[in-house]
Amino acid sequence: MIPPSFEYHAPRTVSDAIALLTSLGSEAKLLAGGHSLLPMMKLRFAQPEHLIDINRIPELKGIRLEGDELVIGAMTSETELINSTLIQQHLPLLSDAAKLIADPQVRNRGTIGGDIAHGDPGNDHPALSMAIDANFVLQGPGGKRTVAAGAFFFGTYMTALEENEVLVEIRARPFPQGTGYAYEKLKRKTGDWATAACAAVLRVQNGNVSHIRLTLTNLAPTALRAQDAESALLGKPLSDAAISAAANLAMSICDPAEDLRGDPEYKTAMAGAMVKRAIQNAAALCN
Amino acid sequence: MTKKMIKMTLNGKEVEEAVEPRTLLVHFLREKMNLTGAHIGCETSHCGACTVDVDGQSVKACTHLAVQCDGSEVLTVEGLAQAGILHAVQEGFYKEHGLQCGYCTPGMLMRAYRLLQENPDPTEDEIRIGISGNLCRCTGYQNIVKAVQYAAKQLRETAVAAT
Repeated sequence: MIPPSFEYHAPRTVSDAIALLTSLGSEAKLLAGGHSLLPMMKLRFAQPEHLIDINRIPELKGIRLEGDELVIGAMTSETELINSTLIQQHLPLLSDAAKLIADPQVRNRGTIGGDIAHGDPGNDHPALSMAIDANFVLQGPGGKRTVAAGAFFFGTYMTALEENEVLVEIRARPFPQGTGYAYEKLKRKTGDWATAACAAVLRVQNGNVSHIRLTLTNLAPTALRAQDAESALLGKPLSDAAISAAANLAMSICDPAEDLRGDPEYKTAMAGAMVKRAIQNAAALCN
Repeated sequence: MTKKMIKMTLNGKEVEEAVEPRTLLVHFLREKMNLTGAHIGCETSHCGACTVDVDGQSVKACTHLAVQCDGSEVLTVEGLAQAGILHAVQEGFYKEHGLQCGYCTPGMLMRAYRLLQENPDPTEDEIRIGISGNLCRCTGYQNIVKAVQYAAKQLRETAVAAT
């Protein structure tokens, strides 16, 4: 399978990429790691006339601490997330979860920004970003704006990113001391998308839950934040009964599509199991 | 569509070629460079039969454009043996019967080559995770793991002997 013909552009700066996006309009697509876009082009699900390859833009790469935030360049690969000592130290959920994404070769190419901007509910970084309260920095012709992860995803392949904008950075605060975290992902095989997955971020103070985020992957047209489940646990001690009740609340917002991974009922049941495991495993890391 | 001139170092040699932007690296290697080692398997970045090394990283050449390799160093299975002497990973697959039909072998060899550069002394689990992006439908992987272990040992002993 060979993709349809296109013109290839390889800008060296974000402003050049934005200028190309602005002049080429809806005929252009950004090429990040290419492991979603190129397969879609081979299958003719996408036929952009212009590809703007953003792999040669140095300002989109790298991970750094800036003030009280960790800043992750959008073109940071999954492999780089796994190997980054800054991520391991400050947002270890991301380095652990990246190991569950695709396979070694795909992780060398696949990027955090591409995973987010693609808007595929099967991708893992949308739910992970929501779990760490990340903000996305979008740059367009008029400058930069920041959108919270929770307000970015509108539907399958639909996001807040405008046609002439580039996702340039993912920003989040480092986990405070004592934060527990987990990403529980049920998949049929290496490289598969989640049948169901849950990210949990948890802090406990004086025996009561003082902070909790529960987010879900591939269980609806977008990643979901299970806010009712979070509220049910907040301010109270964790118990098996409370965790089960929270899992039920999370299951109630699931609306998965039927596919080869299972029917909605099965996927929703698996969501409940992933939520329970994620809370338990996050709790085990809290101190 | 406009062809692009690309230059790369391919198995240690400089090559220059005009390519259509849509040309995938695996087609460039097989059809333009006559290097048919990298196989076309699934074409959807699952099977790993097309794995090659680009700038020191394992890449699936079916999901990478040749134009993206402008200025890159690319190594394929044809570049592993030096002066007619098999690389340790090739020797390992031969000694430990790491192949049956051979379809996955070039991808497995290239992945094993890079894995052992990244981690010269991997555990069995690390080998299995390391080659998890490469499918083999014949061997059940057991002998492939043994082959990688054989190569790891050879490479470590060579490294010690060299110091």
